[in-house]
Amino acid sequence: MTESTRTIVALEKVAKHFGAVKALNGVDLRVEAGECLGLVGHNGAGKSTLMHVLAGTLTPSSGTMSVRGEDVTARYGVAGANAAGIRCVFQELSLCPNLTVAENARIFHPSLQGFGWKRRARALIGAKLDEIFPGHGISADDVVGDLSIGKRQMVEIARAFTISDAPLDLVILDEPTSSLDAFTARQLLDYVRKVVGGGMSCILITHLLREILDTSDRIVVMKDGAVVAAKKTEEFDRDSLVRAMGNVVEMTAIKVHEAHERQRGATPLVVEARSSDRDAVDLRAHRGEIIGLAGLAGHGQTAMLMKIFDAAGKHRGSTRVDGPVALVAGDRQTEGVFHLWSIAQNIGVRSLAGMRRHGLIDASAEAALGEEWKRRIGIKTPDMNNAILSLSGGNQQKALFARALASDAEIILMDDPMRGVDVGTKLEVYDLIRDEAEKGRTFLWYTTETDELKNCDHTYVFRDGVIVADIARADLSEEKILQCSFKESA
Amino acid sequence: MLTAVTSPKFLRAALPGASFAILLAAIFYVQPRAMSYFGLNLMLQYAVPIALATIAQMFIITVNDLDLSIGAFVGLTATIGATLVASTPLLGALALLAAIAAYGALGALVHWRNLPSIVVTLGMSFVWLGVAVLILPTPGGSAPGWVKAIMGLKTPWVPFPVVAALVIGIVVHVFLMMSSYGAVLRGAGGNPRAVSRAGWSLLKIKVIMYSAAGFFGVLSGLSLIGLTSAADAHIADRYTLYAIAGVILGGGEFVGGRVSPFGAVVGALTLTLTGSFLIFLKISPDWQIGAQGAVLIVVLALRALIKRREV
Repeated sequence: MTESTRTIVALEKVAKHFGAVKALNGVDLRVEAGECLGLVGHNGAGKSTLMHVLAGTLTPSSGTMSVRGEDVTARYGVAGANAAGIRCVFQELSLCPNLTVAENARIFHPSLQGFGWKRRARALIGAKLDEIFPGHGISADDVVGDLSIGKRQMVEIARAFTISDAPLDLVILDEPTSSLDAFTARQLLDYVRKVVGGGMSCILITHLLREILDTSDRIVVMKDGAVVAAKKTEEFDRDSLVRAMGNVVEMTAIKVHEAHERQRGATPLVVEARSSDRDAVDLRAHRGEIIGLAGLAGHGQTAMLMKIFDAAGKHRGSTRVDGPVALVAGDRQTEGVFHLWSIAQNIGVRSLAGMRRHGLIDASAEAALGEEWKRRIGIKTPDMNNAILSLSGGNQQKALFARALASDAEIILMDDPMRGVDVGTKLEVYDLIRDEAEKGRTFLWYTTETDELKNCDHTYVFRDGVIVADIARADLSEEKILQCSFKESA
Repeated sequence: MLTAVTSPKFLRAALPGASFAILLAAIFYVQPRAMSYFGLNLMLQYAVPIALATIAQMFIITVNDLDLSIGAFVGLTATIGATLVASTPLLGALALLAAIAAYGALGALVHWRNLPSIVVTLGMSFVWLGVAVLILPTPGGSAPGWVKAIMGLKTPWVPFPVVAALVIGIVVHVFLMMSSYGAVLRGAGGNPRAVSRAGWSLLKIKVIMYSAAGFFGVLSGLSLIGLTSAADAHIADRYTLYAIAGVILGGGEFVGGRVSPFGAVVGALTLTLTGSFLIFLKISPDWQIGAQGAVLIVVLALRALIKRREV
């Protein structure tokens, strides 16, 4: 066999930009026939983007891609991936919940048609489920929406491995075990080893390093949209893997503010969220503190912010919040800005109660508030009556900060608000947050950027929906957060 | 056995049929003479066009859209049926085909420009109505003889509307629920991104679904004039809401591609029966639409209760 046919797929200097954000920054990747490639990296390292490029759902901005030695850069797409025998199990489930398991198999296989298609679809998906997950307890006639999330994931995985008329050479598994219990996860990984032994290839993406170390032949580590290490699995252990994922280039430019020696407990407690889990850490925030919420994306940080938001001003059950609350949304377009309103209106909406005159909104008060915050937070616009969408992303985010800070809220919740914001704006906002904290406001700050945590007095690390660690600023390091974010045993 | 019968899944599936049966029993109790071939025929004859319009609406709802123009469209096809189809059959057939094609084009427009279907169809309802008024400014025209003959069919034992409803249900069930492409069509309502990722054209799916809706809208208009003999541009204005109500009564959901052709047909029958029931109770027709709304609310409330148990 020649070099080119051994290689299933090869990427060279592949880059993908979303506006100013470089999700992939020149990635070289090569997958050989009959190998299991482990892919690891922190949040936003570009793993998922890379996978979408391989699956044909995203087109790279530059670089070349070849399948079995043949350059396919220009004509690659979903159909191209299918024809090349490359399949993906996406992190977000791509089953149709209103269809049965067999019908979902049909969506995947155009050849399942004509008389008796349902019988063949049942047999196809049923046999694969039996093969990968013996004793799975799923019927091919079950409606997917009625299945538990774990069983849905099993169906999705089994479906990716079914073969009808198209070839199958490479299956990409993105966090395949996130909803599986230990037993079924084991079944899956054993199956992966088996098919890899049979000459097929797999790319395994998971946050469970134990799975990567046990299952893959080679490990590729990504960081900031680039491959930073690619070695045989034997050359890694858990610690060296975590180190490789951490900061290689020292990220600076962000001023770490001088640790003012604030004694915990000197100010009254304003937020408390106790966990029902005995092993979990409770969340506590005192007046004037900046509290960071860290950990891998989607491990319960946003849910915690929402819980606190809902409990505002009440003492209910396990969550206690003293004082009014405001939220700075991270997903600007869907839960932040009012697209059709002016900048001033967008800022004033949280403070309408204080701007009423005879039961109506006092336009001059609203304009005054807008002007004040234009000056204080430096929103770059000639006129605050312009539409909010006339602003750049960073300035829109400033307006959202102004909305929260202009209000009467004493507790400010921030849901990863710096996504896609330029460095300059970030630095301005960091200063503002620290000033406001000095004045007695409390901040709860969920961020996926470890550097931002240096602004926080305390950092809580989340894993699987609960807090697993409380790190004071003095002890904060990226390595420590990564260590806490990953399961010790799996 | 008992647990199987009281399981939320079973109750949910049984609700449309049960609503219909309860209403029928109530009618027979109030007016025992309705319990006859002739009585049922009379009560249910208008169920056929309503059921066809409901099926049309169901196709649109399957792909997470909503059609606010189906009533006006049925009115338009009724006027075409009572004029062109009766006088110059070839021209009439072409006009009806053009109407179906226009519906398909709407589906393409909604998908291509990513427009809200409610807005597009609301706008189109005025277009359909305007064209219908141009074709037939005053009520009149006459239905073609063959249409009247079909709708006046005397089937043995079981009244024609029941047979027709059953046939409609079976045909659509085979197309949408049993065929292999039907699974793809419904999948486009459940998870459009997954369907397009698997390599299917969402544009084609929308065009097919809207065209199917147009086709059943045409059938609804023709069957309606088969009963009334003449047409009027406003003849089916109420059908828009009937059709939506029928789909929902029949167990369908507004989003997520969960629909049931048999359920939709049963829903249409139920809505028709409420009208008759209220007449038997000597309630003025002015109150009918409100009473139909009440039935809808009761059934939906029951469904919400069942759903809560599912969680």
